[in-house]
Amino acid sequence: MAVAEREHAAVEVVDLETTPLRELNQRLHDLAAGGPGPRHWRVVNPSGAHAVACGLDAEIEVEIDGHVGYYCAGMNKLATVRVHGNASTGIAENMMSGRVEVDGNASQSAGATGRGGLLVVHGNASSRCGISMKGIDIVVGGSVGHMSAFMAQTGCLIVCGDAGEALGDSIYEARLYVRGSVASLGADCIEKELRDEHLAQVAGLLAAAEIDADPAEFRRYGSARQLYTFKVDNAAAY
Amino acid sequence: MCGIVGLFAKSPVIEEHLGEHLAAMLVQMSSRGPDSAGVAVYRDPAPSGSSKLTLYSAHAGERWDAVRDGLTEAFGACAEPSVRASHAVFVVDADAADAERWVRTNRPNLRVMSAGHVIEIYKETGLPEEFATAFALEDFRGTHALGHTRMATESRVTTEGSHPFSTGFDLCLVHNGSLSNHNRLRENLRRVGIDFQTENDTEVAAGYLAWRLREGATLEQALEGCLDDLDGFYTFAVGTAEGFAVLRDPIACKPAVLAETDEWVAMSSEWRSIAVLPGAADARAWEPEPGVVYAWEKALV
Repeated sequence: MAVAEREHAAVEVVDLETTPLRELNQRLHDLAAGGPGPRHWRVVNPSGAHAVACGLDAEIEVEIDGHVGYYCAGMNKLATVRVHGNASTGIAENMMSGRVEVDGNASQSAGATGRGGLLVVHGNASSRCGISMKGIDIVVGGSVGHMSAFMAQTGCLIVCGDAGEALGDSIYEARLYVRGSVASLGADCIEKELRDEHLAQVAGLLAAAEIDADPAEFRRYGSARQLYTFKVDNAAAY
Repeated sequence: MCGIVGLFAKSPVIEEHLGEHLAAMLVQMSSRGPDSAGVAVYRDPAPSGSSKLTLYSAHAGERWDAVRDGLTEAFGACAEPSVRASHAVFVVDADAADAERWVRTNRPNLRVMSAGHVIEIYKETGLPEEFATAFALEDFRGTHALGHTRMATESRVTTEGSHPFSTGFDLCLVHNGSLSNHNRLRENLRRVGIDFQTENDTEVAAGYLAWRLREGATLEQALEGCLDDLDGFYTFAVGTAEGFAVLRDPIACKPAVLAETDEWVAMSSEWRSIAVLPGAADARAWEPEPGVVYAWEKALV
């Protein structure tokens, strides 16, 4: 079913107090295969359940009223998922595309290994935010914890607050922008010049995240490309 | 894995229903720890000059009245024990150390699960829900409590290896994680006179705290010492007569969430356990920072 054909006005409300989680996820998955259903979904009483709205693959909008457990909106593709609450470990882990937004705080490993799409956390994200990110863009309105962007490969992490220890340890080509303080940089991560194209990138992502901040106040960090893995002489070792 | 829960009542209503809330929190952590479950409940302080022991027997037909007779003969007075499944709580007209020593000497088949003035510890193998039913947790009134659901990694699934571990009078520890230097540390602590009953890694952490407290450290100092002396992953919750404290290792490998309302303070490995509490949707909730000690206390009643 094409997106345009989905019913725009109707909102399907699913109460997780009375509906099994698997039933909710199955109904959302069925939309990917062209199954019937509206464009707009509302999930109530998540009560910290794990894997809410995981594996979506359709241009739908899912709003979740309350706090969610692990891996909410994991592997997301095309869909927009908004959590009106806090998210536990692994929100939007391995996201492919689409948009995931958390009104409150996110726990560890937010956006881990994400390959695309936009993750917005309006509160703080804790440790390992964007660990091994591979193309996802992450905008955090607050601060991030230690080991964020560890082994980050591509994509962009914008932090409007502070970053914890060992930011960007063993980073590859991802771009990190932090407005506040950085407790320490990880191995091979250095501060870099903030040029016009970077200002434009920050401005664009802040606008997309609907967060009001001055791009000029951010500092950019990235890879010094000095680790073993960057030496061409070592390529034959693999 | 393993799941940890803690509940600290700030209102008489929550104190009244402490056990009921604790049971609900514990059951939510079943998937994190289906091997065994346990709780430490702080309730009904023993009268001044007397102490409270929680004893465990592996034998279903244990003659608790005979234990009471022995304690009465030794110390002059001992109330009728309160028996729950495999455990029994005795209020003895004696110092906690003397009462505990008497049990160890005269009834070596029994295990002292806790000793002090307010603490009671119950733990058993099996699913948390079965545990909550067998020990009638919903009956408990109290000021605060800790609970644990275990997925065993470092040692066997036994009642003795279940948490909480008592670390001294009215003190207990529950742990999510695993310690890697527990063998060496156990040997070091044995040399300074700390007694261990199992090969369990958490008991070593409990013994470490007991040793630091014995040497004059405050609970906060003892917990901060863990950051230097323990190697491994941990989220600890420590119960005292006055309240409880929470500590995560500096890498924060193991999860924890804290929440507070005007009625209660709660900690858990996951939000699921806190979501079952009254008013949880409007609670202030946050993730404890790694390597930082959080503590709640109230004046002793």
